[in-house]
Formats: sequence, structure tokens, C-alpha cells
Amino acid sequence: MRKTRIASIAAMAAAAALALTGCGGGGGDAGGDGGGDSVKIGIKFDQPGLGFKDGDKYTGFDVDVAKYIANELGFKEDKIEWVSAPSANRETLLETKQVDMIVATYSITDSRKERVAFAGPYFIAGQDLLVRQDDTSITGPDTLKGKKLCSVTGSTSAKKVSDSYPGVSLVEQGGYADCLGLLETGGIDAVTTDDIILAGLAATPANKGKFKVVGNTFTEEKYGVGLTKGNDTCEKINTAISKMIKDGEWEKSLKANTEGTGYTPNADLNPPTPEPCA
Amino acid sequence: MQGYLSLWDQYGEAMLSAFWGNIQLTFWAAIGSFVLGTILALMRISPVPSFRAFGTAYVNIFRNTPLTIIMAFGVLVLFGVFQIQFSSDFDLNFFQIAILGLSIYHAAFFCEAIRSGVNTVPLGQAEAARAIGLSFLPAAQLVILPQAFRGAIAPMGNVLIALIKNTTVAVAGSVTEISGVMKEMLEIRSDVGLLIFFTVAVMFVIIVIPVGLLTTYLSKKLAVAR
Repeated sequence: MRKTRIASIAAMAAAAALALTGCGGGGGDAGGDGGGDSVKIGIKFDQPGLGFKDGDKYTGFDVDVAKYIANELGFKEDKIEWVSAPSANRETLLETKQVDMIVATYSITDSRKERVAFAGPYFIAGQDLLVRQDDTSITGPDTLKGKKLCSVTGSTSAKKVSDSYPGVSLVEQGGYADCLGLLETGGIDAVTTDDIILAGLAATPANKGKFKVVGNTFTEEKYGVGLTKGNDTCEKINTAISKMIKDGEWEKSLKANTEGTGYTPNADLNPPTPEPCA
Repeated sequence: MQGYLSLWDQYGEAMLSAFWGNIQLTFWAAIGSFVLGTILALMRISPVPSFRAFGTAYVNIFRNTPLTIIMAFGVLVLFGVFQIQFSSDFDLNFFQIAILGLSIYHAAFFCEAIRSGVNTVPLGQAEAARAIGLSFLPAAQLVILPQAFRGAIAPMGNVLIALIKNTTVAVAGSVTEISGVMKEMLEIRSDVGLLIFFTVAVMFVIIVIPVGLLTTYLSKKLAVAR
């Protein structure tokens, strides 16, 4: 009796292990031998100007970069499978091989490097402020005293403001769209996060002409391409990024996605040179 | 393990003070929703038809509205559009809006829990109270509600437990509380991802289990023997 029970538990564990590896095995191999395989790329679905799902189309700067890289790796556009990669899930998506790479405003940091690897950076963003078009009182972080700011709960930008600028009142919301609503109705004075994200938000048709990016960055965020540890594609992706910058596609995409917001990326840092792969 | 210990170094204080925020929210919202819920329950059992209709409408509207929407309404409309300030302190203002939202939402559930307690009181009690000349309010206050509360402890305990966990929704209302800190930790300390979830879950378990045990104990001890 006892023996059969132990045996059945062991059998169940074995079955579970099989099922799990079955799940994990499917995604891998972005090796880039092209042909019939497809590549799974994680992007944001809800960040206009960067990674945005518009009906069945995907638009934005991150999407353009991802398409260019995939093309260089030998995957045509119809071989790309787009996967939604919200901030909190990015490491897990890579570790469990549900995606082959992530191009989703993914800043290169040391604590992230413990779980994943990065190629790039393909863009260097910085924290900036978005204000109403007619607001001239805010010109940078030093003019924020007594102002009301909005950022997304738990984001690096929110933390930076509350740590470095104690005189500022901070509203934390679930998404930047909520912040923009408050900014428009006058509940708050500025929205803060990475400059390119702000520019993308301000460039959407619904917001066009209402807001402007201040253009005085006070942090440095290196956006990289997230990869699994022990990948063999990092070098190729770096080459692809350099090529994209060189042949002008990089600038063209950036311009197209932030049109009408008066936004230009920090010229001292951009376009960046990809760092050597670890 | 090293990474997890350094998480406590980095965020231990923030986590505990944020969780204290959840406990404060629970405390004030429990009082608010209990008072409002009792009033609503009285309305629902009152002899005045318009009161009964109001109580029924309130319960059906707020019980069927997601709490997140009530919270978002508080911030985006009360604060954003009408610029209502309950307090001159910026952060305290959101805290109060969150308490208001939680109270309004959970009052509907408290009302139904108390009403279920009222249903345990035999009809004869109410008839007897009226027969000795008590009007509706004194009858409710002296005869019906004391017995109803005692019969409603278990369902009210359930509502309280739901309230404790629902305080995490206050994150939508820009209140510093544990799920916001959890988001921040996941963003910045993604190297210990699962342990962060686990830690926060354990914090809630530590609070919720005693509440569950206490209400079970009280519901037995205080049950009206009939």
C-alpha cells in the first residue's frame, strides 16, 4: 500500500517535470539560422511611441528597433511573434524562454544583470518632465518646489523624485495615461518619467499640441535589449544596432514617433555605442 | 539568500511603514464602513418605503462597482477635476480619499452582513418590542440590533478580512501602501522577484489569520442561545 503510494507520487512528479520542460522547450533558439523559425519578441503593448498595439498593428520606436534587429538576424517581419512584456514580468519571460528577446524600455541595471543579459544600449533616455503647453514656470528639476508631480507607482522615476526632491508633492498612479488625465484637468503640474516615454505619450493623436517635454534630463537610463543568460545573439544584435544607427533608420524612426512634441534626445549621449557583450 | 537579506536592508523599513499604512487604512475604513453599514441596514429594515429603496439601491450600486473604479474616481475626479482637498497635507489628502472610497464600498457588505444578523432574530422579538410601545428606532437599538450584531460576527469577520486585503487597492489612489512598495521592489530588485511576492503574502497572512481565529471564537462565544 505504502509502496504504491510513493510510486504514484514519484510518477506524478516525473509527469509534472516532463510537462514543465515541454513548456519551456518551445520558445528557445533565437540562433538566427533564419528559414521557417519565428522569433518571439517582448515589447510593451501600452506605451505609445515606443511599443504600442494598435488594433493588429504594432507601432513605436522599440518596435522599429526590434524589427530591424530581427531582420538582421534573418527573421522577416511576418516571422516575428510579438509578446506583451509588462515591466514586472520581463525577467521571468526571459528566464522561462517565453520570449527570445525583450525590447521594452528596458534599462540596463546591475540587479537585472543577475538574472538576464543585455545587448545594446540602443537608446539613452533620461528622466524628464512633461508639462502643459502653456506652462513656462517649470524648466527643470530645480524649479519644482511646491509643484505637484505625477508618476507611476513603483517606477524608478517616482523613487528618484521622492528621494532627490523632497519639496515636491508626488501623486502615484497606475499608468501614465492616468497621470496625463490629471495634468490636463490641472490636478497636477507635471508628469515625470523617461523623456522618450513622455514624448511618445504627448505625440499620440489625442494629446497632440496639449503638452510639451521640458527637455532637461536629470538621470541616465540605458535602454538595452534583454536576452537570456548564455545567449549567442548578443554580438549580432549589437552589430545590428550599430548598423541601424549608421544607415539613418534609427533617427528616422525616432523622429516619426515623437513628432510634434518639440522633443530631441539628449545629443551628448545619443546615438549610443553598444557596450561589449559580457 | 544574500540577495534576500539585502532586500530587507534596502526595503525593510519601507515595507513595514507601508504595511502600517494598510493597517491604518483598515482601521479607519472598518470604522467608517461599519457605521455607514449599520445605518444602511437600519434603512433596509425600516418601515419607511423610501428608506428601504435607498438602502437597496445603495447596496446594489456599490456592491457591483469594482473598488478600483471607486478609488480611481476619488483621485481622477474628486481630486483631478473638482480639486477637492480634505486636508491641506498633500499625502494625507489621498489617504483620506482612500478611506472614504474603502468605507463607501465596504459599507454595502457590512450592511448585508448586519442584515443577515437581523434575519437571525425571530420576528416575535420585533413584534414584542412594538407591543410594549417602542417605536422603530428604540426597538432596533434595544432589541433587534444587539442580537443582530451577535449573530452577524462571522459574516462581518469575513467582510473585515476582505477589507484588509482590499486596502492594497488604495495604490490606485496614490497612497503609500504595501502593494506600491512591492511594485517598486519588483522594478528595482528583480533579482529576488518571487521572494518579494512571498514576503508580502506572509505579511497579510500574519494579520489575517488572527482576525479569522478571533471572529470564529467570538461568533461561537457570543452566539445568542435560542
